[in-house]
Amino acid sequence: MSLRIVVCVKYVPDATGDRHFADDLTVDRDDVDGLLSELDEYAVEQALQIAEDADDAEITVLTVGPEDAKDALRKALSMGADKAIHVEDDDLHGTDVMGTSLVLAKAIEKAGYDLVITGMASTDGTMGVLPAILAERLGVPQVTLLSEVKVEDGTVTGRRDGDSASEQLEASLPALVSVTDQSGEARYPSFKGIMAAKKKPVESWDLEELEIEADEVGLEGSWTAVDSAAQRPARTAGTIVKDEGEGGKQLAEFLAGQKFI
Amino acid sequence: MAEVLVYVDHVDGAVRKPTLELLTLARRVGEPVAVALGAGAEATAAVLAEHGAVKVLTADAPEFAEYLVVPKVDALQAAYEAVSPAAVLVPSSAEGKEIAARLAVRIGSGIITDAVDLEAGDEGPVATQSAFAASFTTKSRVSKGTPVITVKPNSAPVEAAPAAGAVEALAVTFGALATGTKVVSRTPRESTGRPELTEAAIVVSGGRGVNGAENFGIIEALADSLGAAVGASRAAVDAGWYPHTNQVGQTGKSVSPQLYIASGISGAIQHRAGMQTSKTIVAINKDAEAPIFDLVDYGVVGDLFAVVPQLTEEIQARKG
Ligand SMILES: Cc1cc2nc3c(=O)[nH]c(=O)nc-3n(C[C@H](O)[C@H](O)[C@H](O)COP(=O)(O)OP(=O)(O)OC[C@H]3O[C@@H](n4cnc5c(N)ncnc54)[C@H](O)[C@@H]3O)c2cc1C
Ligand SMILES: Nc1ncnc2c1ncn2[C@@H]1O[C@H](COP(=O)(O)O)[C@@H](O)[C@H]1O
Repeated sequence: MSLRIVVCVKYVPDATGDRHFADDLTVDRDDVDGLLSELDEYAVEQALQIAEDADDAEITVLTVGPEDAKDALRKALSMGADKAIHVEDDDLHGTDVMGTSLVLAKAIEKAGYDLVITGMASTDGTMGVLPAILAERLGVPQVTLLSEVKVEDGTVTGRRDGDSASEQLEASLPALVSVTDQSGEARYPSFKGIMAAKKKPVESWDLEELEIEADEVGLEGSWTAVDSAAQRPARTAGTIVKDEGEGGKQLAEFLAGQKFI
Repeated sequence: MAEVLVYVDHVDGAVRKPTLELLTLARRVGEPVAVALGAGAEATAAVLAEHGAVKVLTADAPEFAEYLVVPKVDALQAAYEAVSPAAVLVPSSAEGKEIAARLAVRIGSGIITDAVDLEAGDEGPVATQSAFAASFTTKSRVSKGTPVITVKPNSAPVEAAPAAGAVEALAVTFGALATGTKVVSRTPRESTGRPELTEAAIVVSGGRGVNGAENFGIIEALADSLGAAVGASRAAVDAGWYPHTNQVGQTGKSVSPQLYIASGISGAIQHRAGMQTSKTIVAINKDAEAPIFDLVDYGVVGDLFAVVPQLTEEIQARKG
């Protein structure tokens, strides 16, 4: 039987752009170019490798996001995923992690799955908690923050490098996996891959199709409220000296003046 | 006064510093009740009491070590149901965030992660967070359910505030999901004898400019002269020069020390994301145009192989 893999990918504002908040204190997605979150490329890569090792596997990439989020799906398809699902609805604007995880869980269940793979964190929100919440909602084992992952005979194994120890983990499918940027470089789409991606199916689902009410998501349904967002004052310009042979000593003088020595 | 649950991060009974910082913050919004799980849980009580815990709920069971995350969520949920707290505070470690997030969805509450400060507010605790690689500061609240908030290390001072710290056994029953992910083996990280990266008052980091694993010795020597932790940029980690556990930045550790010294690091946005909130920033880089110089309080344009050893020597001389 075919191994059904769903990879959750997020479309995020480019981190090297001038990211800021919109008037309603949601992330401004209009002024900065978006792209497939780099950390989710690792999830797509591991899905491709797991699929290559399996006799028969199918990879669906899934995103919840605005119209432009299709770009992220196209990128994942051109890397080699088989099909894509885009959940898009005007009522989704301003959804927080609880709402997003609800939508993803419903969509994953509707799509059907044996294995869900996510990135370690999104590069815009950087909460890194969605994978755990998604596992809770789906009621499947959470095998998260893996720097190495393998799927064999209905079992997923992997290595989680934590702060105080490195752990070897094991769980039965169906399961949810998240992978870190230590899991292995993501491949670049080939020209052939890019051409093939244009013909791969992209389904669009809205909230009604997932039987989710508008007030469960969006700014209204958010379980947290941002009261203010202020740009951090730019750091005041410091002293910069050119090393003419005494740079280390000058630096020591500065540190002594600041009471670090 | 309302009670506030504080999840205790400890190693065999030795409480890690961020938990004591949480107690400081918890006292601003209520009476701290600590939850300590696993081997050595009861041994945490004395130090928690000294820092303000009125009660310490403890539980130990093999499941906490043998399975990933979920048994701890079951226990924290049991504590939540026993106490009905006004808020739940958890240290922002990778595991802490996962525990907090699963608890939040179970109890129908919103979650705030990686807070760097916390105050009492009219509508519940107000958390300060940094956004977009620390270029913005936001203030937010949980608007549904009991606030679940994870807090970064170095967000508050550790303060003595003696309280009863009475130990109470917490009754925990594990749900079906608790044994879903087995921890087959665990290899503890070898101690370097240096301070923990996220907790250190001073962090000394090296990047691509260090140019080889063998050269990291000069970064370590500087760190040791200051009693500092050692950090590395992703370029240095990816090159295999230094372990990933020491990586500073978006996909590594986020640090907020009193002093951060960057050598041979250009200051890419993903690196800045993990160190921009440091109090004093110092950089040594041979390229005067490197973006790291936009952040510094003091910068030396020069070759790190000349500047760093001289600095180390001078510090040692001054310390006598
Ligand atoms: C999704 C994503 C996540 C990332 N996460 C992280 C992260 O967590 N942490 C992180 O650090 N990066 C991260 N990066 C990578 C980041 O973009 C940069 O590539 C990286 O920080 C560069 O490291 P560096 O400054 O050491 O190297 P470089 O940018 O190559 O800079 C080296 C610097 O050393 C200087 N130098 C060279 N020789 C000497 C010498 N002898 N003396 C003095 N100076 C010298 C050079 O002038 C240069 O400025 C991430 C990237 C992505 C896409
Ligand atoms: N809107 C979204 N659509 C699809 N996947 C998402 C979305 N948001 C987050 N994810 C997934 O969840 C992971 C962690 O996100 P976060 O908890 O927001 O940092 C990401 O790496 C993605 O795999």
